[in-house]
Amino acid sequence: MKFSDFVANDAIRSHVQADSKEGVIREMVQALVDAGKIASGDQESIVKAIMKREDLGSTGIGRGVAVPHTKHPSVSRLVGTVAVSPVGIDFESLDGDPVQLFFLLVSPPDRPGDHLRALENISRQLRDESFCKLLKAAKGPVEIQHLLEEADSQGVVS
Amino acid sequence: MFTESRNMTKGQTAKSQTAKSQADEGMAAAGATLAREVVVLNSQGLHARPADAVAREARKWQSRIELVADSQRADGKSILELLTLAAESGTRLVVEATGPDAREALEAIGGLFARNFDEHMTERDS
Repeated sequence: MKFSDFVANDAIRSHVQADSKEGVIREMVQALVDAGKIASGDQESIVKAIMKREDLGSTGIGRGVAVPHTKHPSVSRLVGTVAVSPVGIDFESLDGDPVQLFFLLVSPPDRPGDHLRALENISRQLRDESFCKLLKAAKGPVEIQHLLEEADSQGVVS
Repeated sequence: MFTESRNMTKGQTAKSQTAKSQADEGMAAAGATLAREVVVLNSQGLHARPADAVAREARKWQSRIELVADSQRADGKSILELLTLAAESGTRLVVEATGPDAREALEAIGGLFARNFDEHMTERDS
């Protein structure tokens, strides 16, 4: 699975304003609403579901990366977005480091395979240190979009 | 991420070592690789939370631990690496451990898979 298969380009944010875990999740879900990927009526329920998942264990998987996610019956296909916090946010991540790079995923309840393949793609690409750095330093959403496209086509050349 | 040196004796495959492992305590201590097969029982596959559980368990041991699926290999102590396996429900994986506590580590990780990562909640998870 490629980034372009699940990342809504219009919902990418390069400079999130939020300074808390819930804040950044809320901002990213709002971005998906603004991009027309999820209905505004489902926003609150999706935020709550993602926070509930975080309560089971942080999705801050290390290297300044978090993958907040949930299943939700309101979506018929996997939707996701990417956000960067230039300052970093305390996400209770597994290595304790603040998180700068967020991949948020909302998947239909009956498609665990798609969710796994999205996680596979994200984690495989993020093993490339320079790709991580470039994403975190991106000046705007379009730059993030281009980096993701480059990764989709061959992996980032640094 | 791959800083530890690998001590696996040349020419010895994981499989042949599995067969030998029961009998040969000394080899593990000397840094040979022991292996065992596990199956992903979780209906959601090896997603973020199980990967976290495996990495946490793996980090408790000195031995180098790797999970192998077909041709793919992942550092058992890294969630990021484990997620790259994208192991769906029913996938068979080989766990390899190399080091002084390889046997115990394999036992512990095998148990974690057998207990379905201690996940007692139902399909509600993500």
